[in-house]
Amino acid sequence: MEQYYSYRIQIISIIVSLGFLFYVSRLIVKGKLREEYAIFWVVSTILLIIFSFWRQGLDIIAEMVGVYLAPNLVFASAIFAILIYLLHLSIVVSQLHDKNKTMAQDLALIKAELKELSDKKSE
Amino acid sequence: MTKLAAIIPAYNEEESITSVVEALLALRIDGLTVIPVVVNDSSKDRTAEIVSKLNCILLDLPVNLGIGGAVQTGFRYAFDKGFDYAIQVDGDGQHPAKEIVKLYDTMTSTDANIVIGSRFLTKEGFQSSGLRRFGINYLKNLIRLFSGVSILDNTSGFRMLDRSALALVNDSYPDEYPEPESIIMYVKNGLKIKEVPVLMEERQGGVSSIRYFDQLYYMVKVSLAIIYTYIRNK
Repeated sequence: MEQYYSYRIQIISIIVSLGFLFYVSRLIVKGKLREEYAIFWVVSTILLIIFSFWRQGLDIIAEMVGVYLAPNLVFASAIFAILIYLLHLSIVVSQLHDKNKTMAQDLALIKAELKELSDKKSE
Repeated sequence: MTKLAAIIPAYNEEESITSVVEALLALRIDGLTVIPVVVNDSSKDRTAEIVSKLNCILLDLPVNLGIGGAVQTGFRYAFDKGFDYAIQVDGDGQHPAKEIVKLYDTMTSTDANIVIGSRFLTKEGFQSSGLRRFGINYLKNLIRLFSGVSILDNTSGFRMLDRSALALVNDSYPDEYPEPESIIMYVKNGLKIKEVPVLMEERQGGVSSIRYFDQLYYMVKVSLAIIYTYIRNK
């Protein structure tokens, strides 16, 4: 009975991971996701798939780093990875903000310059 | 002839902008040409349309940048066009044009690179509420701790900059609530700041860029900005 349940979750996680990998790939192909941001998603999905197939691997690694319960290792590393990725996104947003500001200012200055030129011309 | 750009950041100021610009155009100071430069920060009302009919420069931002980004646009214009000085004048009528001469006199008679018009040096004119004064006092102490200079009215946007200050803000200027943290930036880059007493009016229209519920956020943000500006310019 126990064996049956554990296989079921393994199959579910393999299907979900593969579906996710497929979806990410489609986004990249369609150009909706830039490769530099896609790397994170592809790598984490591949990790998910590896551990869906190789179930003992999780226990082995948990024992290696000294975590008593393997699921805790999963949660801890997933939360850590998400935090790092969120920080990365904040950096990206900040850079975009700066670039956007410079462009808006340049546009306003160029519009004023253009108006000055056309005023001079019509004089 | 010395040229002064009066930079007016305006966000939804259709009620007051005309009188602010006209007061600046009517201003006569010996040896000084004052040119109003309105920076329309993507207003939702008719500010841009009204300003385009006035005898002044309009810098029309396509997206809303906030007060810092808008003022910097004006500073960049003044720097590019070879103005000798630039002064920031609020679009809501808080900063009376006739007070500009006080800042200009201090600018020309001392070695100051930045002159700040202060409400608090003499306690006259519009003074601001108690809680806000408490915050300004806290900022004064924080700024003194990190820069060694004591600026009483550190949130005042009524400031005149010379070309060396313009060159600095041309490169970088804070976006949100720029006034207190820019003081640190000026001092750390070796510029001199002087404060002169001015009379300010209560705003004629519009709302303050610092609203009631945002005050805690304002304090935390500005405190952090002061510390990081200090480290960055060390």
